[in-house]
Amino acid sequence: MKRAARFFIFYAGLFGLWTLLAELKIWPPYLFPTPWGVGQALYAGFQDHTYWIAIRVSMQRVLIGYSISVVLGMILGLGIASNKFLEETMGGLLVSLQSLPSICWWPLALLWFGLNQNAILFVVVMGSLLSVTLAMEDGRKQMPKIFGMAGRNLGARGFKLFWYVMLPASLPFILSGLKQGWAFAWRSLITAEMLYLSLGLGQVLMMGRDLNDMSAVIAIMVLIVAIGFVVDGVIFKGMERRLQHRWGLTAA
Amino acid sequence: MSANTHNFPVQFPLPMGPRVPARSRGPRPVSVERPAPPDTPKVGLSDICLSYRTEGGERLLALDRINLEVKPGEFVCIVGPSGCGKSTLLHLIAGLHQQTSGQVLVDGKPVQGAGTDRILIFQEHGLFPWLTVGQNVEFGMKMKGLGKAEREEKTRYYLRLVHLGKFQDSYIHQLSGGMRQRVAIARALATEPDVLLMDEPFAALDAQTRDLLHDELERIWNETGRTIIFVTHNVREAIRLGDRVVLLTFRPGRIKSEFPVDLPRPRHLEDVAVARAARQILDELREEINRSLEVEYNAGVKPHVKTGVEVGVEL
Repeated sequence: MKRAARFFIFYAGLFGLWTLLAELKIWPPYLFPTPWGVGQALYAGFQDHTYWIAIRVSMQRVLIGYSISVVLGMILGLGIASNKFLEETMGGLLVSLQSLPSICWWPLALLWFGLNQNAILFVVVMGSLLSVTLAMEDGRKQMPKIFGMAGRNLGARGFKLFWYVMLPASLPFILSGLKQGWAFAWRSLITAEMLYLSLGLGQVLMMGRDLNDMSAVIAIMVLIVAIGFVVDGVIFKGMERRLQHRWGLTAA
Repeated sequence: MSANTHNFPVQFPLPMGPRVPARSRGPRPVSVERPAPPDTPKVGLSDICLSYRTEGGERLLALDRINLEVKPGEFVCIVGPSGCGKSTLLHLIAGLHQQTSGQVLVDGKPVQGAGTDRILIFQEHGLFPWLTVGQNVEFGMKMKGLGKAEREEKTRYYLRLVHLGKFQDSYIHQLSGGMRQRVAIARALATEPDVLLMDEPFAALDAQTRDLLHDELERIWNETGRTIIFVTHNVREAIRLGDRVVLLTFRPGRIKSEFPVDLPRPRHLEDVAVARAARQILDELREEINRSLEVEYNAGVKPHVKTGVEVGVEL
């Protein structure tokens, strides 16, 4: 209850300040819209289905891109963790590649895939693949060896060993990496979508700029944050809670 | 032979031949195709050697020509100072590691890697924390591809066998240490292995729990007729449980001597006869512990060891 009250006071204060600044009209309304204006933009956007379509298109892309990253990242991470040569060579390369913003792949993606969805997916994958790979590598190393031995001893081999033992055993160690990978995927997607006519949230945001409609721009920014918040709070928090319940870990 | 001071017959030839380095020995050819004759040992270790390279590049011989035969339904305990390779030996039998030379035979056939006919129970139980107790017990059967109905029935049966029927839906972290080891035993038995390999399974438990689990293990062994190879550093525990106690030397691990235990069952840790038998084994074990301490102190200091407690051996 107390927490809810603090929550309420904080956001009421934030909106109050925003409204005050907007109502003082220090800047023209098209540069600094009111919360009310943003609300209206949101309503209008959902009314004419623009935002629904944008959300659907963006979510679809991020899901495809992120799934590719997770599958590839797990294979790569496991490979690196179990092979000394790969670890020494590729491990170091991946860490240094992490300093490269994923949008730097955009020019290459355009040339390789053309101006289409695949180029966007490529950027999304490049954005999140490294986090997942490094998390998986780390998780594989942190995972107690006894689980793999017990699994093999009980007759698990090959894919079964991976699916029923290695993956669940390493999940607590890779969850934060998976979460980070998701955040990177989402950010890379929006950035890439801003760069061409893509129908996604990123493009709708740029459309707001082109029309000098700052209410729409802020409305989309709110949407992007909200979607990130929901995925984190519902999907990843849910997985965390499940793990804590099963493994008996205390909440961090 | 000093090993045999208490006049029990030594059943198996002890390795007394000249020491040969592991490298120069190839695997011995063994005929595989014919069915095992009735007196074939359940588990046969023939000339097992294991060496590995240390971080410093030095070649270390961990196990040296281990020859051991375990009869079907026999309960064999292996004791030795820590670092003698007794756990490693179990891993080799389980097929989780590969020996440098020699062969592990089950029913006269050399083993190739891990198999569910030999299930290892670890000191740290090795249960899967992401599964419930019931799902843990079910795991081996699921890997084998058994049907759901059969799996459920057997899971219930084996959980009842270890008196944990009510805990089928609990998670591992909700159980006590003794309960976890019982789940591990149920999980191992559920795959219906011929051989149970137990790697100091009760070492981390308190004395009361351990006593109870000794009784339970003996009962389960009687009811299921499994062959058990049980590794421990606790000599009394070995005598409490085993038909035979095998003593390993310290680095490289060799079989120093074997002690058949023909005390009537059930035995108890406090029995005078158990203590007396333990005393004899401890006398021999102490030499090895002295050697291990010498190596560990590594400075030519020769500690004079008087009691088992000082060296971490429970009398």
